[in-house]
Parts: sequence; C-alpha cells; structure tokens
Amino acid sequence: MHLSDSDLQAIWLTIRLASIVTLILLLVGTPIAWWLARTKAWWKGPIGAVVALPLVLPPSVLGFYLLLGMGPNGPVGHLTEALGIGLLPFTFWGLVVASVFYSLPFMVQPLQSAFESIGERPLEVAATLRASPLDAFFTVVVPLAWPGFLSASILTFAHTVGEFGVVLMIGGNIPGETRVASVQIYDHVEALEYMQAHNLSAVMLVFSFVVLLTIYVWRPARRAA
Amino acid sequence: MRPLHILFFLCAMSVALPANAEKITVAAAADLKFAMDEIVTSFKQENVGDEVEVIYGSSGKFNTQIQQGAPYDLYFSADIAFPRALAKAGLAASEVTPYAFGRIVLWSATMDATQMTLESLLDAGITRIAIANPRHAPYGKRAEEALRSSGLWEKVEPKLVYGENIAHTAQFVQSGNAQVGIIALALAVNPGLAGKGGYWLIPDKLHEPLEQGFIITKRAEGKPLAKRFSDYMSSKSARAVMTKYGFVLPDETLAQP
Repeated sequence: MHLSDSDLQAIWLTIRLASIVTLILLLVGTPIAWWLARTKAWWKGPIGAVVALPLVLPPSVLGFYLLLGMGPNGPVGHLTEALGIGLLPFTFWGLVVASVFYSLPFMVQPLQSAFESIGERPLEVAATLRASPLDAFFTVVVPLAWPGFLSASILTFAHTVGEFGVVLMIGGNIPGETRVASVQIYDHVEALEYMQAHNLSAVMLVFSFVVLLTIYVWRPARRAA
Repeated sequence: MRPLHILFFLCAMSVALPANAEKITVAAAADLKFAMDEIVTSFKQENVGDEVEVIYGSSGKFNTQIQQGAPYDLYFSADIAFPRALAKAGLAASEVTPYAFGRIVLWSATMDATQMTLESLLDAGITRIAIANPRHAPYGKRAEEALRSSGLWEKVEPKLVYGENIAHTAQFVQSGNAQVGIIALALAVNPGLAGKGGYWLIPDKLHEPLEQGFIITKRAEGKPLAKRFSDYMSSKSARAVMTKYGFVLPDETLAQP
C-alpha cells in the first residue's frame, strides 16, 4: 500500500488537529462536566442541552454559522480582527475552534457520567479530612474518574478525526493547513483516484476500528475490577 | 372518514395524475445554477404537468455517481470530457452534446473587481483568493491555467483556498471570507452577485476552453421527457437564457474581448 506525501501530510495534520482539540477540551470540558454532574441549578437542563447540540445538529448547520460568525462580518470575526489574530476561516486554528464545538459532547458526557458515578460520599470524606475542593478534585475525583477521562479523550480524538462536513465548509481545502484526511479522501474520489482513496480509507478504517476496540474491550475489564 | 377510506382516497389521488405526466432528474454543474433554473421554469410552462428536478453540484462528483448507477436522467457537465468518458463506457443513451463554453471571471463582494486584473491578486491587501478545486472542478482547472500562463501561480498559491465546486467557491467570496475569487461568469452576472463588487472577465486565451457538454444517461433511454428536455436546450428561448448568463453557445464564435 502506498500513501503519497500529500496523504501523509493530511494524516499528520489530522493527528495534530485531533490532539490539540482533545487537550483543549480536557481543559474546557472538565469544569463543564463537573458542574453538570454536581449542580442542582434549574439551568442544568438547558446547559446540558446546549452541550449536546453538536450530537444532533447537522455539521452543515455548525459550518454555516461558523463561516458567517468567524468571517469578516461576523461577531467572532470582528473580535479576532480587533485582537490582531486575523480571520479564522481557512486556517488551522479556525478548524481547532470549530472542532472544539463539534466534539464538545464527546468530552463532556463521558466525564459527566464518570463524575456522577463517584457520588457525594468520597468528597464528604475528603472534606472532613480538610481537603480543599481543588485538592479533593485532584486527589480523589481524578484518580476515581480516570477511566472516564480516558474514554472521553479517546472519543473526542476519534470524533475529531472523523470530522468532514464542518471542515469542508470552513476549511478551504488548503494543503498542510486545513486539508485533513477525510477531505483528502473526498478529493481523491472526486478526482477518480480510487486507488489513493482506497489506501487512505483503509488507514482510517483500521484506525477507527482499533480505537473502538480499545474502548469496548477495556470497558468490561474495568467493571470487573 | 375512517382511516381506511382516507388511505383509499390517497391511493386514488396518487393514480389520478395526468396520464402523460413524467418526471426526470437532471444533474447539472454548479455554474448552471441560475441559468438552468430559468430554463426549467420556461420548459415547465410549455410542458404542464411534467416534472423536472435539478440537482446542482460538481461535475466530477456527478460523473462518479453516474458510474455507480445514480438515478440521473440527464447530466450537464462543465467539462465535456466527463460525459465523453461516460459515453465511451456505454453509460449514455445519446450523443455527447456540447451546449456552451464557460468563461471565468475575477469577482469580489467587497472590492471593485471591474478595475482589477490578475496582477491585482499580488496586492498585499488581498490575503485570500478562492478558486474551485483544480483537481476535479473544471472551473478550478481553468483558473489554475490562467494563473499559470500569466506567471502568477507560484506567487498567489499561498493565498488560495479551494471550493468544492464553483458555487461553493462563490460562497467563500460572498461571505467575505475570501476577498476575491475566480468564479464562473454565469454566476457573476446573476443579479444577487453582480450587485456586489463587480467582476473582471479573464481573457480566454489564458486558459483552455471550458467546453461543456451533456448526455442523456443510459437509465433514461426511452424516456420521452428526457429527449424532449434535451431537444429544448437547442430551442430559441433556452439559448437566449444561456446567452444572458454569459455562456458562449457552441455554434457562435469564441471571439470575445
């Protein structure tokens, strides 16, 4: 099987994108998931629904809003230009922003259920031992919820790799910048280069299977432990 | 009425369509978006009851889909090479009919493109230029050729963003995300786009001709409506619409400024 340089470039770009998005979402998604797991506020429902929106929204809706919002006439576009960053569409960081929205539920929801399954008890114990909430989070919650962190990260990474519609709409298909593997495959097919499309598709197929296998094989083991 | 009656009524309704009404699906290159809409509207006025559904997209994608048995009755490609290949593979039920030559223009929604030339693309103020993907979109190929033959390709390549088809490319420019784009004249003359920054016609000696052609696909063989629609393309009113949208018709001279 032969992958061309541009295929490898697309794969590398995809890995870079998915890694950065996973890192950002670990930082952003953890507090959101923690709040959702603990709060009794009435707006837990609405916030939870907003977080879950990318699960049901067509990627074209997200892509459309992001294209206009981050464009020169959109609110985000005004902001990024005022900050001297320039415009985000057609840039790698534009894809990062888009993917953070797109993959948000894949980070938040597994974390939330991991946090919820810990329950109140361990935290109460930690509090009686005079652990500050932050202390308790890192010494009690994180060790207890680490399988949740792991599966949330794997799902987020994999889901970002699988992104296509949003990237097509705001990416502009620039080699090395926004041409990720899924778009590269689409281009191969459009250009009738089926052999190249096959090769890259096979890579994606094997990758996706291995990711899911990791999660499914390892889950029952965790329950047994 | 009881549910069963309603069901019966609905079945009767669906059978009660005019006896000679037919339906065809047309796959058309994205540059035809406005022209084909008008042609279909006038065709339907003359053929009451018949249905013509048009799907717009990239010529390359339709080509692939038809190879895989897509349910299109006619295929209008922005590059005549695609229908020629399909005909060669036995997937056409008609001759490959050239219907127009396309032209490319520089177009902007935010700047006065009428005062531009291809050299203007080097301006530092222009940071994003949208073209259709040259790998599979005919208009993108011609845009690349025009930039190459003017010796600008290497210099502007870092600024290029690629649309999936020519309408997608126009949308990058319309939303202001790219300051200029190289799009189809047929799209740029549409009132909705022409009202913006205007366009500059790229001399056609800078690129290979954009010869466009259509076929009736194999699956539509013997469908009278497909034949009638194909004949309608050479009618006076259809030709007038094509000319209005800046297409040069096959039997006209290509001589244009």
